[in-house]
Amino acid sequence: MSKGKSLWSELHKKLFEKNSLILTVGILVTVSIGGIVEIAPLFYLDSTIEEVDGMRPYTPLEQLGRDIYVREGCYNCHSQMIRPLRDEVERYGHYSLAAESMYDHPFQWGSKRTGPDLARVGAKYSDEWHRDHMRDPRSVVPESIMPAYAFLEHSTLDYDNVAANLRALRAVGVPYSDEMIEMAVADITTQLDPYASDYDGFLARYPGATLRDFDGNPGRVSELDAMVAYLQVLGTMVDFSTYEAEADQNLR
Amino acid sequence: MQSPQTLTRSGLDFSTVIVLLITVLGALWALFAAAFAPDAAMKGQSWLILGGFLTGLLLLVGSVTSGGVETDEREYNENLVKAGVIASLFWAAAGLLVGVIIAFQLAFPILNIEDWGFTSFGRLRPLHTSAVIFAFGGNVLIATSFYVVQRTCRTRIAGGIWPWFVFWGYQFFIVMAASGYLVGITQSREYAEPEWYADIWLTLVWVAYLLVFLGTLWKRKEPHIYVANWFYLAFIVTIAMLHIINNLAVPVSFFGSHSYSLFSGVQDALTQWWYGHNAVGFFLTAGFLGIMYYFIPKRVNRPVYSYRLSIIHFWSLIFIYIWAGPHHLHYTALPEWAQTLGMAFSIMLWMPSWGGMINGLMTLSGAWDKLRTDPVVRMLVISVAFYGMSTFEGPVMSIRAVNALSHYTDWTVGHVHSGALGWVGFVSFGALYCLVPWLWKKAGMYSKALVDWHFWIATFGILLYITSMWVAGIMQGLMWRAYNSLGFLEYSFVETVEAMHISYIIRAVGGLLYLAGALIMIYNVYRTIRSDVTEADESVSPQPAQIPA
Amino acid sequence: MYSLLASFAQTWGMLLFVALFTGALTYALWPRNQQRFDEAARLPLNDSDEPIIESASEDQAHV
Repeated sequence: MSKGKSLWSELHKKLFEKNSLILTVGILVTVSIGGIVEIAPLFYLDSTIEEVDGMRPYTPLEQLGRDIYVREGCYNCHSQMIRPLRDEVERYGHYSLAAESMYDHPFQWGSKRTGPDLARVGAKYSDEWHRDHMRDPRSVVPESIMPAYAFLEHSTLDYDNVAANLRALRAVGVPYSDEMIEMAVADITTQLDPYASDYDGFLARYPGATLRDFDGNPGRVSELDAMVAYLQVLGTMVDFSTYEAEADQNLR
Repeated sequence: MQSPQTLTRSGLDFSTVIVLLITVLGALWALFAAAFAPDAAMKGQSWLILGGFLTGLLLLVGSVTSGGVETDEREYNENLVKAGVIASLFWAAAGLLVGVIIAFQLAFPILNIEDWGFTSFGRLRPLHTSAVIFAFGGNVLIATSFYVVQRTCRTRIAGGIWPWFVFWGYQFFIVMAASGYLVGITQSREYAEPEWYADIWLTLVWVAYLLVFLGTLWKRKEPHIYVANWFYLAFIVTIAMLHIINNLAVPVSFFGSHSYSLFSGVQDALTQWWYGHNAVGFFLTAGFLGIMYYFIPKRVNRPVYSYRLSIIHFWSLIFIYIWAGPHHLHYTALPEWAQTLGMAFSIMLWMPSWGGMINGLMTLSGAWDKLRTDPVVRMLVISVAFYGMSTFEGPVMSIRAVNALSHYTDWTVGHVHSGALGWVGFVSFGALYCLVPWLWKKAGMYSKALVDWHFWIATFGILLYITSMWVAGIMQGLMWRAYNSLGFLEYSFVETVEAMHISYIIRAVGGLLYLAGALIMIYNVYRTIRSDVTEADESVSPQPAQIPA
Repeated sequence: MYSLLASFAQTWGMLLFVALFTGALTYALWPRNQQRFDEAARLPLNDSDEPIIESASEDQAHV
């Protein structure tokens, strides 16, 4: 056994080897400054995120739809961040607020618009349109270059463990209550049924959420249900007819 | 203390036991995940991970039974570097091929096979970026850093089994991450898509990498630490910091694949682009500048133009780069002061970047004829020229008014590729063309003409790529903001998509040419290694027979 | 809070950066360092194919 030259003994002996240590610490200090000055204040300054009415955590169905959006890599081609530029506001709607992605773990602002921005795609098209579009994008937009996602319709949504998802989200700061977590599995089917017995309870937990069968097939809880539920809620939570961008608390 | 033994076998030493333990724990975790994973994707993944750990276990047992890792202090560990060279070339072909496929998918969407989710652009694009950046680029960095640190410290690499742990652990990470993307396991963080378990594994490998590198510096026989090692060290240290902070997340289940980012919305966005831009700054720039500072002087046999400039280059580059991230978030919901800081530092970054470029180019002064006579030197020099070009374009694009036009368009994609194909790709190929004859003790490459062909085909491919993306990006940005005489938006979104079709085809052809160049190189390297010509050239002196490490 | 941080960054922050930059510049341009840098710059050119082995104790390694 020759441990004379092992990394560990080297580590003990030369822990304070001067030059390489100065270099390592110097590098670490140098590259830390920028992050500390730029990122850390975002967590402490109140002005980072405006206060707006209407923001609520995603329903379990919307959240699972969001997970599918992430899984399929939609962010590679679609942004969810409308900039306050005239053409963008006219094309997509009110510019995005920081508060609108406050429950987004992870954020989906994107970096590329191979396809259009989706920050306010909610309620813009019918469920039928989304269904056709996912089956074959070129059936509704002939020039589209989007891949077809026909398999979503045939994939049964796996939601047995959705409570665990909500619990993990609560751990990172999304205000899911015990009741929401307890009801998570039931809330999936409740949201898909406009005549659900727990209709009022569901809306009390998730004010403003829509209840309907999103994929047009009441017999199956499909991944398409979740995906369309998510797309249809995007950008609809804040009511911009009452939002005052110029109010003091919203000026940054 | 007694004189150190020069030839040793590790046997079952402390390090080997640790690696053994890591492997067993990993295999156990994978076994439990196979049984209890709550998501279908992880159930499949866990078998692959289990297979990986079991293979590692077999290799370890095989190594220990034959006496363990052999360390001969009288020799550099070149087998390690050879393995890195071969891995680099393999991943270059794979990563570029996926790039060509997704480029054609954008031109012809029929290539997304409908019933196979794993062939869609959304899953293949991270596969491409990870394969070229981390698999190809990462292996080039690991291989060259292990070569350079041994040579410039005049000592064998430290750590016995650990450098091999780093090499194989890194390949395992790549396979784990890449196969995960195909089945939809992703964090959706650009250039940091691997999920939490792969992130933990990479952290482990990376800490080992840092310690091996530092350990080699600690036993160096030269008083100075050569500046290339500064860049490598900055790359290793900073990537560790970025990787850990950007990947902070809470897993949904201990045996499942999915996790949720610790941060949300605006904080998450800035953390990600702080990471994302510095993956460019410290992975694709600092690390490869280490290559530039060793391989260009070595190849032209002249010291670097100004060592003083290299020191200023180093400190100002790493200090300024780290601030530049927010320029990815201009006009977003990120507070404006952060955007302004990001823009200001991005513009300042121009200066150290060009300082470094001048330092690299001027190293050739007095030896400019080598540009004509040595295609490898030409490749290295053109790479530095591309570095200069993209580090000029970058600050321009970080200006808010320019960014308003360029952001979200293919101009960004073109910019990235002028850096990635021109700078990172060419400096890597140049370094590999140097290394192959040096490591395999050949007079030179099998065919200099093929190196020339590689250079010209790839250069033409880059030109097609970046010009088509400039046209596409600027056109798209202008079309988005075009108004007609009545004051309405002139184009619907999909009209801008339609308008890019030709550019997308040209880009795909450019990418195909670049891939063709890389395949020519692989053939050339294969023939060089296989060829019987073993006479040493002037820069390589004969060495005693190789002993497998 | 914001204005406090901003004013600090705009005064002391700037001074700190100027000091850091001057420090790096001084180190790089200090005349007495020139010889060390020249030696260091030749490191890639002087490396041979074998590591240096010192038969004496390890303490002679330059640390």
